[in-house]
Amino acid sequence: MSAELATGVFSWLRRLGATVTGAIGKLGYATRFMIAVLLLTHHAFRRLHLTLREIYFAGVLSLVIILMSGLFVGMVLSLQGYEVLNRYGAGEQLGIMVALSLVRELGPVVAGLLFASRAGSAITAEIGLMKTTEQLAAMEMMAVDPVARVVAPRFWGGVISMPLLAALFSAMGIFGAYIVGVRLIGIDAGAFWGQMQAGVSFWPDVTNGIVKSLVFGFAVSLISVFEGYDAKPTAEGVSSATTRTVVISSLAILALDFVMTAFMFRGVGV
Amino acid sequence: MTVPRGKIVAIMGGSGGGKTTILRLIGGQLKPNSGQVLVAGESVPDLEREALYALRRRFGMLFQFGALFTDMSVFENIAFPMREHTELNEELIRDLVLMKLHAVGLRGAAAMMPTELSGGMARRVALARAIALDPMLVMYDEPFAGLDPISLGIIGQLIRRLNDALGTTSVVVTHDVYESLKIVDYMYFVSEGRIIASGTPESVRASTDPFVRQFVDGAPDGPVRFHYPAPPFRTQLLADVS
Amino acid sequence: MNRSAIDLWVGIFVTIGLGAILFLGLKVGNLLTLDRTPGYRLDASFDNIGGLKARAPVKAAGVVVGRVESIRLDTKTYEAVVTLRINQDVAFSKDTIASINTSGLLGEVYVGLDAGGDTAVLMNGDRIAKTQSAVVIEKLIGQFLFDKASEGAKK
Repeated sequence: MSAELATGVFSWLRRLGATVTGAIGKLGYATRFMIAVLLLTHHAFRRLHLTLREIYFAGVLSLVIILMSGLFVGMVLSLQGYEVLNRYGAGEQLGIMVALSLVRELGPVVAGLLFASRAGSAITAEIGLMKTTEQLAAMEMMAVDPVARVVAPRFWGGVISMPLLAALFSAMGIFGAYIVGVRLIGIDAGAFWGQMQAGVSFWPDVTNGIVKSLVFGFAVSLISVFEGYDAKPTAEGVSSATTRTVVISSLAILALDFVMTAFMFRGVGV
Repeated sequence: MTVPRGKIVAIMGGSGGGKTTILRLIGGQLKPNSGQVLVAGESVPDLEREALYALRRRFGMLFQFGALFTDMSVFENIAFPMREHTELNEELIRDLVLMKLHAVGLRGAAAMMPTELSGGMARRVALARAIALDPMLVMYDEPFAGLDPISLGIIGQLIRRLNDALGTTSVVVTHDVYESLKIVDYMYFVSEGRIIASGTPESVRASTDPFVRQFVDGAPDGPVRFHYPAPPFRTQLLADVS
Repeated sequence: MNRSAIDLWVGIFVTIGLGAILFLGLKVGNLLTLDRTPGYRLDASFDNIGGLKARAPVKAAGVVVGRVESIRLDTKTYEAVVTLRINQDVAFSKDTIASINTSGLLGEVYVGLDAGGDTAVLMNGDRIAKTQSAVVIEKLIGQFLFDKASEGAKK
């Protein structure tokens, strides 16, 4: 092996090691940050108006995209689902099929993904910008902990908004399915709602959906505030932090979804 | 470096020389590798979080370009430290905020948002916010950067008058020689992390130190070289000729 | 955006969000019907339960009167023991027949109860004596072919 090749390999190994230790270091920093945010929760609720403001910006302003997407997803699900179910003479099962798909999976997951890209990226950009314009440093120098005043309310605003948005998504989806299934295609309304009621239970279907959306809310909010707080204080830094929020949040949602689904719905149908 | 109580001290030097680092050391945002940082007798790097925050409540800081909170109005920006650290009722806070705004000449801008302000106005509002709690030490990070001549004069005068009126101590980090010479009591020159020179404005104007002279006169070449280190010009030009 | 406007919108948001959860629970799921009605338990043994699952409905004359609570295998008799939870206000006679049916060809599997004429009723914890197992298609086809074969042999 020539000396050049050896040094090349060694420097590559060194860079790989540096990347891994850097990633682990960042993970450790992120964990410490997360614990700090959770410990400062009482600040978010002592200054309730701050958290309410964040629920407005994260939740209320996401309503339009969530409701519209829910409606369309429900309608498409209904169209596609009926086409397949009808082949086996099971067209009247449309209601229960759509309801279970939405409540168990699509509601929390799709709402979570939309939330990450709309509200999550906005939170990251806002915190990153405050860091870049030295507003966070100014707060620190005025003896006000920016994590308590800026980060914690945004975190809890996201966590509270997420399950509500997921439920609204599912509800709109079912409504959309009703429009297409009963009004357009002509399935009997009684069969639609009746089969749904018989097949969907509050426990475990709806409650598991709520648990999922809570977990997603935690994950997305945490990632959003962390990326914003950790962003490089430049224009490129904030922009790449925003992108990272959306990418990592989306991956986290899908991975957590798999883990939770495997855990929750293991015994059903046996 | 010593900053006597009640005086205005300027820290001057070229970009990247370590001036802002000094402010961060005083404020406890950075810990020194060696040496001491003593403020009013307390060693800043050794303070616990609670004590550090208690000390910071007695500081005021004017950040470069203001660092106003963009989601609050001018009034709310100045009321912020009052609402956070005091139990004063809203009426009293209102009066105090208007007093601070009056001192910087912007009482009429109380309802405006930071994005609506010009650079000079934003700087003045940030100054009003820095003195909101009548601090014992005010730090200024490049207060003259990017301002028009009128605003420059205004800020300089405000720094001097407020320091004397409130009896505070001021540390001004800047590279604006002209304005500094007009208002400060003492100057330190810092380059590459070391104190090169120091003195009162009179002694600085008359100084024979080459670095101080280059700085005060604004000469392009001197102890701080014009040319960034590079191989000889002739060698580089002829390099492509083979 | 002043504070009262924000409070109003957040209030609306939380209200409709909780309303959506309630909707999902009541209209979509069966929150009220399942947990509120008090009930009593009955056991029934079957040779074959077919595709019966837990939480399947228990119907009498097509009306849902309860749910399948649990299914287990009796290792002594190798029969399936199904525990039914019946609404308190519906009583069944001691000679009720429990059968496993399918609603339609591909529909869900449920337990059907046919009440008899006995004046004595089943109490909490009683066992239904007469049961009819699920119809397994393969056995049906096998039986059909066997019958056809023996018919042909007779001729």
